Amino acid sequence: MANRCAVIGVGQTHYTTKRGDVSIAGLVREAAIRALDDAGLTFKDIDAVVIGKAPDLFEGVMMPEAYLADALGAAGKPMMRVHTAGSVGGSTGLVGASLVQGGVHDRVLVVAFEKQSESNATWALSTHLPFNASLVVGAGGYFAPHIREYMRRTGAPAHIGTLVAVKDRLNALKNPYAHLKIPGIDRRMVESTPMLWEPIRYLETCPSSDGACAMVLSSEAKVTGTPAWVHGAAMRSEPIFRAGRDTVNPRAGKDCAADVYRQAGVTDPRRQIDVAEVYVPFSWYEPMWLENLGFAADGEGWKLTESGATALDGDIPWNASGGVLSSNPIGASGLIRFAEAALQVRGMAGEHQVDGARLALGHAYGGGAQFFAMWIVGRERP
Amino acid sequence: MRDVAIVAFAQTRHTAHDTGLSEPELILPVINEVKERTGLRRFGFTCSGSCDYLAGAPFSFVSALDAIGAWPPISESHVEMDGAWALYEAWVRLQHGDVDSALVYGFGKSSLGDLRTIMTLQLDPYYLAPLGLDQLSYAALQAAALRADRAELDEIVRRSRADGRDNPYALDLPDEISGSDEVSGSDEVSGSDEVSGGFAVEPLKTSDIAPVTDGAAAVVLAAGDLAAELCERPAHIRGIAHRTEPHYLGMRDLAQSASAADAARAAGVGKGPVDVAELHAQFAHEELILRRALELPDGTVINPSGGPLAANPVMATGLIRIGEAARRVHDGTAERAVAHAAGGPCLQHNLVTVLEA
Amino acid sequence: METSETSEPLVARHVLEFPGGYTRTTGPVIGRFLTELRAGRIVGVRTAEGRVLVPPLEYDPASGEPVADGYVEVGPAGTVTASAWVREPRDGHPLDRPFAWAVIRLDGADTSLVHAVDAGSPKALAPGTRVWPVWRQQRQGHITDISHFAPEVTRIVSPIRPEYRIQAGGALRTFLDGIRRGVFLGGRCATCDKVYVPYRASCPECGSAIDQRVELPDTGTITTFAINNLPDPRAPEVPFVSAYILLDGADVPMIALVGGVPAHEVRQGMRVRAEWVPESERALSMANVRWFTPTGEEDAELS
Repeated sequence: MANRCAVIGVGQTHYTTKRGDVSIAGLVREAAIRALDDAGLTFKDIDAVVIGKAPDLFEGVMMPEAYLADALGAAGKPMMRVHTAGSVGGSTGLVGASLVQGGVHDRVLVVAFEKQSESNATWALSTHLPFNASLVVGAGGYFAPHIREYMRRTGAPAHIGTLVAVKDRLNALKNPYAHLKIPGIDRRMVESTPMLWEPIRYLETCPSSDGACAMVLSSEAKVTGTPAWVHGAAMRSEPIFRAGRDTVNPRAGKDCAADVYRQAGVTDPRRQIDVAEVYVPFSWYEPMWLENLGFAADGEGWKLTESGATALDGDIPWNASGGVLSSNPIGASGLIRFAEAALQVRGMAGEHQVDGARLALGHAYGGGAQFFAMWIVGRERP
Repeated sequence: MRDVAIVAFAQTRHTAHDTGLSEPELILPVINEVKERTGLRRFGFTCSGSCDYLAGAPFSFVSALDAIGAWPPISESHVEMDGAWALYEAWVRLQHGDVDSALVYGFGKSSLGDLRTIMTLQLDPYYLAPLGLDQLSYAALQAAALRADRAELDEIVRRSRADGRDNPYALDLPDEISGSDEVSGSDEVSGSDEVSGGFAVEPLKTSDIAPVTDGAAAVVLAAGDLAAELCERPAHIRGIAHRTEPHYLGMRDLAQSASAADAARAAGVGKGPVDVAELHAQFAHEELILRRALELPDGTVINPSGGPLAANPVMATGLIRIGEAARRVHDGTAERAVAHAAGGPCLQHNLVTVLEA
Repeated sequence: METSETSEPLVARHVLEFPGGYTRTTGPVIGRFLTELRAGRIVGVRTAEGRVLVPPLEYDPASGEPVADGYVEVGPAGTVTASAWVREPRDGHPLDRPFAWAVIRLDGADTSLVHAVDAGSPKALAPGTRVWPVWRQQRQGHITDISHFAPEVTRIVSPIRPEYRIQAGGALRTFLDGIRRGVFLGGRCATCDKVYVPYRASCPECGSAIDQRVELPDTGTITTFAINNLPDPRAPEVPFVSAYILLDGADVPMIALVGGVPAHEVRQGMRVRAEWVPESERALSMANVRWFTPTGEEDAELS
């Protein structure tokens, strides 16, 4: 079976609307060098580099990994570029881990980034080819109908999304790297913001951020410092246009979770997992993914959110870092989830540390909720 | 490492123009072909390679998923690189030991835009891309640094085109190469032949350039005993490695490819004879650089498929090299074959695979 | 693949241009280089090993390690190590007359930069030729502040605009041919017995080729929808409703505009019918369907 793999270094940039002080290479190097410092290593100690980001249109640099290879110390080494839509950050972590688990390398640097301020995400995502047969209006316009359908199916009250929007932003106040810091945020403030894509309000959506995240992954023999061990890793994808596809509770997400739980020996995620970093770009995706990931029964996810269980002081904190709702450099957002999960089980999450976290879930999704990447990391060696 | 072999390969009949088929429609027949050949409907892992800027839209790979019958949901990933790197990712995944088969595909339609200037967008965005340095120009700089013999380059082109004409999947390009062939797209040379001397960007001649091509390819990998069950003569991957090098053209010796040489050593090219080598040379002079970097013996047959100079569906071309090399092992014409794939400007990033019967 | 009903090619130009050009922040090292360029000087940066990188990078490309914090003025002259002759300049090129690309080792540098040389003829630029920068009069801190290099003695916002020619062929063309006739064409997967609309070449579930065409009525049910308050060029006004509409007889919904009803009166389960533009205005385009509008029937039951 696969070799053991551990996270031994994590590095993040501060996430913000526009990092005007750095080049693209400068941005990714900031995260990479922090991850290396955390592991007590330098570029010389790295065997291979994996780079992930969302569409190249965001920066207008095609396959920028060619230009970034030597900026990340990859000259003379293998370098890969991953792109799996919004789940790409998570996939980047998994491709890096795979190199260690497959016994190919001992130490792999994974880096994901987005410098959205070089252009404009809305522009980049609405460059429709001629002759489109259907009308898709940006990410919010795409996901809003599925949220509406979730509300209809479950009868969830309208304020559930507001609760998540407030909770994640309160968590962000404790995360030094988070982008959105809104002191005094409360339900009234969220409810006073306009509907962008009804039923999604302005403060129920993620920001547009510049930023990068990096991790050093290691084989068992080469571990330095404090490891977070990979207990399970899985990807799943499903076609977007399949007849009868459940867009609210996609099968690919359920299958991916089942796979990663099986590897990690998790049979009751709500009880066994101590903290989860889950890709929630619109607040309603917390209750939806609570069900998809088996933390709540079908139709019951919103009740778990409403009960406060997912808050930092709840029994199953979700997105203690503030999550995608607080920081969203798109291509890096998934890797940040994976990295924050690792920080939690290493006990290095600082003010947003969940006490005694031993097992954590990192999750990312993309496309039309059809691409999923997940891992489970633990304090103990598997 | 775990024994992994290529057990099936399929490619489109590549075209020099846009047929109007969407990318999923381009991929569908080759996916179905490798499924039929192996009898597999499901794979332990799936990985693909493509490029948004060729397609002119973000997430060009997403709709491809709807062409491959990905239900129930599949374990799947994508690289914004040539499909050869998708194959590498799949080979790594098979090393885990828990799955035994993988589907790999790559696809691209170079015909939609101006490939030469689209490739400019891959350059460093501060010092190089703003100069408008296009693909033919930087290739010409490398050719100039190499100072290759013109007769030798012309011979490479003639050989590649002749082999391409014998390959039903490659383009039919004329034997005649002096003159302003229109092989590389109608806009490549518009001046009269007497004036241009057949040069696109001197010293690069129009005939030295791989043609603009649309196409796709698919490969099936199988590990352990499964390989022998699916294929009479599997092409076993005895070595596979890739290396990159600094991006800036002025910070490398353009007459050589250090990263190709490193990758070849890591893959073990020199550990035995090489019957056939399929090289991802998009320009005639790149073949000379690569032959030297891989230290290929004189007797090695180079690009019997015609190589990229006879068909160059960008993002699939590298994967096709691996597939074509595997095909020589499958049909018994080679015992040991080498395949090479490249990415980045002027052979910045190189992948080398050694295949054995 | 089925052939379309007419031979008229369906082709459009497609341009990817971020308005105004990408704004690139340079970081300290590239910024210093460009600032020096604006002042008419060329600088390199020293690596930990003492090599001088020109153009300067934030890192040693050989190792990835940060460079030492020492800038060194180099050039302005340099030596050509390799060059390529451009007979017909492209739109984005620095010169609009035939010129050379060259790899130039500036005096005092250990690496080379790539730039254009106004050399007159390909013969004038053998390796070893000495070249000097020709500066632009209005410099702004861009790599093109050096307009080009020129042989010795004798004499940069980043617009990106790839352009494509997009052709609707294959199944999409078949579907749009139907739309021109005022018909929604779907396809039935013989294996899964599901009807897909728009018509498509293969089944997303099983991957089988779809060869059975089905003409579907232009009525259906709204399964779910969003009320969009951000303007979109394809919608006449805000708010507008984008809805998943399951055409009668189809097994997958299409996303389309809903009109002829106030946004907040749209319901899940609402029955709708396509509103077609007049026959004389129809083209090979989804624009033939202005939107879907309520039929007034009783709402359908949703599962």
